[in-house]
Amino acid sequence: MTDVIDIEEFAAQTRTWLAEHMPPAPRVTGSFVLTSTNPPDELQLARFEKCRELQRRLFDGGYAGITVPQQYGGQGLTPAHQTAFNRELVGYDYPAEIQASTFIPCMALLLEFGTEEQKQRHIPAMLRGEEIWVQLLSEPGGGSDTAGAVTSAVRDGDGWVINGSKMWTTDARYGDWAMCLARTNWDVEKHRGLTVFSFPLTTPGVEIRPIELINGSTEFCQEFLTDVVVADRDRVGEINAGWDVVTRWLYHERTISGGSPYVTGRGNRPHDGPYDAMEMIATARELGTLGDPRTRALIGEAHTLSLVMKALAESVTQKMAVGALPAHAAAMMRLFSGTMNIRRAAIGLELAGSQAAAWQVGDDTFAQLGSGYLIRQVSCIGGGTTEMARNVISERLLGMPREHRNDAGPFRDVPRSPQATATR
Amino acid sequence: MFARTADQELFEKTTARYLESKYPSDHVRDLARMPSAFNPEAWQQGAALGWTSLLVPEVAGGGSISGNGLLDLLTVAYQFGRHAAPGPLLPTNLVAAALARWGSEDQQREPLSGLIDGSATAAWCGPQRIDDPCGRGTDVSAQTSGAELILSGRLSPVEGASDASLLLVSVTEPSGRSYVLVPLPAPGVQCTPLTSIDLTRRFHDVTLRDVRLPVSARVGQAGAGDTYEEIMFDVLATLRAAELVGALQCCFDMTLQWTRDRYSFGRPLASYQEIKHRMADMRTALEAGAAITLRAARAFGDGAPDASVWCSAAVTYVGRAALEAIQDCIQIHGGIGLTAEHDLHLFLRRAVVDTQLGGSPADMTQRVVHLLETAQGARG
Repeated sequence: MTDVIDIEEFAAQTRTWLAEHMPPAPRVTGSFVLTSTNPPDELQLARFEKCRELQRRLFDGGYAGITVPQQYGGQGLTPAHQTAFNRELVGYDYPAEIQASTFIPCMALLLEFGTEEQKQRHIPAMLRGEEIWVQLLSEPGGGSDTAGAVTSAVRDGDGWVINGSKMWTTDARYGDWAMCLARTNWDVEKHRGLTVFSFPLTTPGVEIRPIELINGSTEFCQEFLTDVVVADRDRVGEINAGWDVVTRWLYHERTISGGSPYVTGRGNRPHDGPYDAMEMIATARELGTLGDPRTRALIGEAHTLSLVMKALAESVTQKMAVGALPAHAAAMMRLFSGTMNIRRAAIGLELAGSQAAAWQVGDDTFAQLGSGYLIRQVSCIGGGTTEMARNVISERLLGMPREHRNDAGPFRDVPRSPQATATR
Repeated sequence: MFARTADQELFEKTTARYLESKYPSDHVRDLARMPSAFNPEAWQQGAALGWTSLLVPEVAGGGSISGNGLLDLLTVAYQFGRHAAPGPLLPTNLVAAALARWGSEDQQREPLSGLIDGSATAAWCGPQRIDDPCGRGTDVSAQTSGAELILSGRLSPVEGASDASLLLVSVTEPSGRSYVLVPLPAPGVQCTPLTSIDLTRRFHDVTLRDVRLPVSARVGQAGAGDTYEEIMFDVLATLRAAELVGALQCCFDMTLQWTRDRYSFGRPLASYQEIKHRMADMRTALEAGAAITLRAARAFGDGAPDASVWCSAAVTYVGRAALEAIQDCIQIHGGIGLTAEHDLHLFLRRAVVDTQLGGSPADMTQRVVHLLETAQGARG
């Protein structure tokens, strides 16, 4: 590490390169599900193709995988270089939609648990935009209880046969490869019988169906896995040690909002859409209600909550970095973002009034405020429910007694939801 | 909660230890029965610890720890909230900051040095309603007559007026609003005690009847009061928020301990998920409140263009969240939480005052929107 490029110099080079090679950022109208305006499938597919092309440009320019070791196609630089790059990237388009799941958690997990062969084979392909990865983790039978997976993998000669169903996979239809959690031993405690596999989404027996959400979004998918044959060399981590992988999986997943050395730009482009205070002011002005103190109180409350969220994320991240708070403190950010988002959705609805109930074609703001309200609980459910976050805070941070569990014995005997029986 | 450097930590610890020894809860209750809660000796010792110098630059006799005095002062305000300690911490610091920023050379000598060394305290007589920036102001008018200013009007409630040797009054002049420093006692100034929710801080109705002062009693420029007031509100909002975080911290700690000690149906309260989840919400509100308060103090110290938005948002959020959370602490305590014997009400009282005086959350919310609109207009 003697000839690592100086951050300032790197930033200056980045600035020049970006100006010559990357297009300006498109106007974002809705990539986050809460404000989604649901572009048609052709547009979504085109966007993923664009992401591949933009990723290739980053790779050719020497800016893909900034912190990834050079032997896997990365640049071998430091997280500070990635941060500097992200700072310079503001205002430019970048492959936002593939940051999660391709680079986190999938690439990060391959770096930590993959074999040398797996790293050589996949990581350069990811960095070139040739392999988009998706995560097959949640199941129809259980959301928060990740370790209760019932998708099974059975050894068969040199490979494995996987059967089951996975759910809540973001943009699975546009992916190439999957990282998948499966049960390989039913006769031990549930955390000790899990294994992680990887396979191409084109493997026979993989069926992907979009899930239509109540706001019309089809971003999420459910997968049906029927006798999917996976080579043993595509197993990630040790047999029955899948929970070690999942622990890191969940960790990396949470770093999408900040703190990951593998994420380019601002991750999957989070934005406030119509809930941004300036947008709310514009909406109220358009409706002629901006002078109404009740309207102003709502806008002020929404903006205050956004600022608190920003301050909380900064403060908790910093405190965790210096050890002033344990890693479990991240649950406070998760809880606050959930409660903040549902309140903002309610405020947006009140602000729009009848316009959020029926709108003209092209009235994107009102469409978002109306359907954003319908789907608002997503912010308290997706990525771990707020109930789970409250358990983590009270048990891990405050040391209050743990909830009673009924799953300590062999997994085969653990009572399950009727949906969680599709096994062999 | 607010200390980020070793120096700040030491400073905060010293203050915490001092307040613990001076203001244990029994003593705080006793203060309620005394005509004045102000203890000149204790205040002067506090001043020696650095409570009154942080918002004043070194050249004017003050000095901060980190370079951002407001950030440092958060640690003191937080501890004052945690101990429900009497001040007058906020008004004295506010007036000291005003004199240091806008005061004449004379005003930066004796009056300011007295505030810094603790031999004197001050009361701030600013407006209580801040939601309408155009219709703001106090009911005090100032007429110029030769080399004299004549002040008349009424202000209420004013913290610590009877113990103060200085009043900083926001007045309306024909040229606009101005700040005037009134040394006490002064003929024509009458302080009538008010009954207050707070047991340790005292509030007064201050009436000025033809109070004559030299024109040199103005602080800063005539007519610049509106500009000054924005800064006063920012400082006050941030310090109020820090006190509220301290009050909530104390109630939260008591309540968490209570859930462990109290058993019902053979189980500790802490084992019920409903209680756990409410404690989780409270812990998050505490962290969030501290975070935005710290962020506001940073923005203020950095002179960020949106500092006023951050400061207003801090007290808006903490004001509402802390009050609700402290009431929930009472709820979780059950009947005992409603008794005067339990300490919880000492902090609820402190929190109510901190929330309502100097711009309620509702007022401050309006200020947030007004500032956003102004910023949007400035941007075109």
